[in-house]
Amino acid sequence: MITREGMVEKRGVGHWFTHLGLIIGLLFIFFPIWLAFVASTVSQPEIVRPPMPLLPGDQFFENYRKALVSGVNAPVAWMMLNSLIMALGITIGKIVISLLSAFAIVYFKFPGRRLFFWLIFLTLMLPVEVRIVPTYEVVANFGMLNSYSGLIFPLIASATATFLFRQFFMTVPDELAEAARVDGARPMRFFWDILLPMSRTNIAALFVILFIYGWNQYLWPLLITTDPSMNTIVMGIKQMFPSGDDIADWPVIMATSILAMIPPVIVVISMQKLFIRGLVDSEK
Amino acid sequence: MEKRVTFKGIWLPLLLVLPQMLVTAVFFFYPAGQAIWQSLFIPDPFGLSMRYVGLGNFEYLLSNPYYRASFVTTAVFSILVTVLSMGVALYLAVLADRLIKGSGVYRTLLIWPYAVAPAVAGVLWLFMFNTRVGVVTWYLGVLGYDWNHVLNGEEAMGLVVVASAWGRISYNFLFFLAGLQAIPRSVIEAAAIDGARFWTRFRTIVWPLLSPTTFFLLVVNIVYAFFETFGVIHTITSGGPQQATTILVYKVYADGFVGQDLGSSAAQSVILLLIVGALTVLQFKYIERRVHY
Repeated sequence: MITREGMVEKRGVGHWFTHLGLIIGLLFIFFPIWLAFVASTVSQPEIVRPPMPLLPGDQFFENYRKALVSGVNAPVAWMMLNSLIMALGITIGKIVISLLSAFAIVYFKFPGRRLFFWLIFLTLMLPVEVRIVPTYEVVANFGMLNSYSGLIFPLIASATATFLFRQFFMTVPDELAEAARVDGARPMRFFWDILLPMSRTNIAALFVILFIYGWNQYLWPLLITTDPSMNTIVMGIKQMFPSGDDIADWPVIMATSILAMIPPVIVVISMQKLFIRGLVDSEK
Repeated sequence: MEKRVTFKGIWLPLLLVLPQMLVTAVFFFYPAGQAIWQSLFIPDPFGLSMRYVGLGNFEYLLSNPYYRASFVTTAVFSILVTVLSMGVALYLAVLADRLIKGSGVYRTLLIWPYAVAPAVAGVLWLFMFNTRVGVVTWYLGVLGYDWNHVLNGEEAMGLVVVASAWGRISYNFLFFLAGLQAIPRSVIEAAAIDGARFWTRFRTIVWPLLSPTTFFLLVVNIVYAFFETFGVIHTITSGGPQQATTILVYKVYADGFVGQDLGSSAAQSVILLLIVGALTVLQFKYIERRVHY
């Protein structure tokens, strides 16, 4: 019998060992998440007298309600809103400015084009972690501490998206621009009616990657949001730990951790194809 | 690469690049320039004036045992994170590649940790190994092992390594799986007909053909370990105990914001800048080569 598997993949014992190996790997990967979930459904006394249970308890609603409504320093619902605004701001901001400048670089010959290209190329090299102190000073001088614009703008200043769109525009057939020009279409008309619709998939793939990047930011929000009501959820978790010897409110902290991972997990799982595409694209 | 067909106009393209230029100039070039400038000065004790010291900050840094120790810590940390996460990912990818059906399900599940922020991953692992309430700590205690990463530097390093590598497995897995699936089945089957066992096939065919992916991941993972693990370190150990887990990026933060030593922090930024620059060049060199394949 000829099967698609050919002769390399054998059914039978080896097959089950493969599954077994993968399942062991999955258990290792999911154990921390499972434990966090269990901790978010039990009461504090069950945790502080170790070992804690390994199966969920009955405090799910109580813990999540407490986290979302009151939290420790600020309501977690509020922190999630801050994270959402920051993540969307970074994502949309980056995509918009990159689309515009990539369009200019590819479809125009203007003085300073090469210089501009190399200038943004340089930004690829320097993550925000490296220039935190001076960037902090700039944001402080603008009075943007504890503000959404302070959270968003410094993280938009990077060129990955510009390069991605440039790369893609270079593959768009010249005939399209030619036809547009012959028809007397203005450049922005061409951009809006032809280039943008063609870039839909690229934009969506980048959206997934950038949203996760924005949502998961830690160091930057930690520096510039001293006001608890401006905290994002990812940096706010650490702030929930008491200083000194007091015992942390683990059920609420773990509920917050679960809440912090839900939006990016939903984005990644539901848009898996776009996510993988975006991942591969942004590393090219 | 140039487009043959371009539009006419000078003001429109300048207007189009203006937003990115503005953001980049204000939040990137100006601060980066400041970092380089500040690295040449020492502020006086009252913070009123700056004294020019040339490369003094760098000399001081490179002769400072804490800073040199931080270099070693970063190297150890990056290598361990890279090897651990790539090893586990390769193991899982090889297994998933053997499946004809169902590898999609595993892939969906294995993507999860990618979405978990490093700082959140840090909290998850901290919870398991917490000295007072941690489940793993408790079971280790039952086995007679006294886990305490708050006091023991090696245990602290182990914990931040595992937490950092954990979050990176998804990424490496996806790239390894794609690399494995790109290897033509016929090559592997030909070897199988010649009687090569799984391990021989892996060593002589799969591993060499996978090397571009492996090299790419090596560079990307080192960059990740250098810069994006700040959240893990900050949540789990805050660089302790006794700076045992103070990697370079953490030290820029600790000296600049906690210690308020701006000159030194700026000089450290410049050194990091050189390291990222070198890694980026390495990455691009490699990518250029890949394009010619």
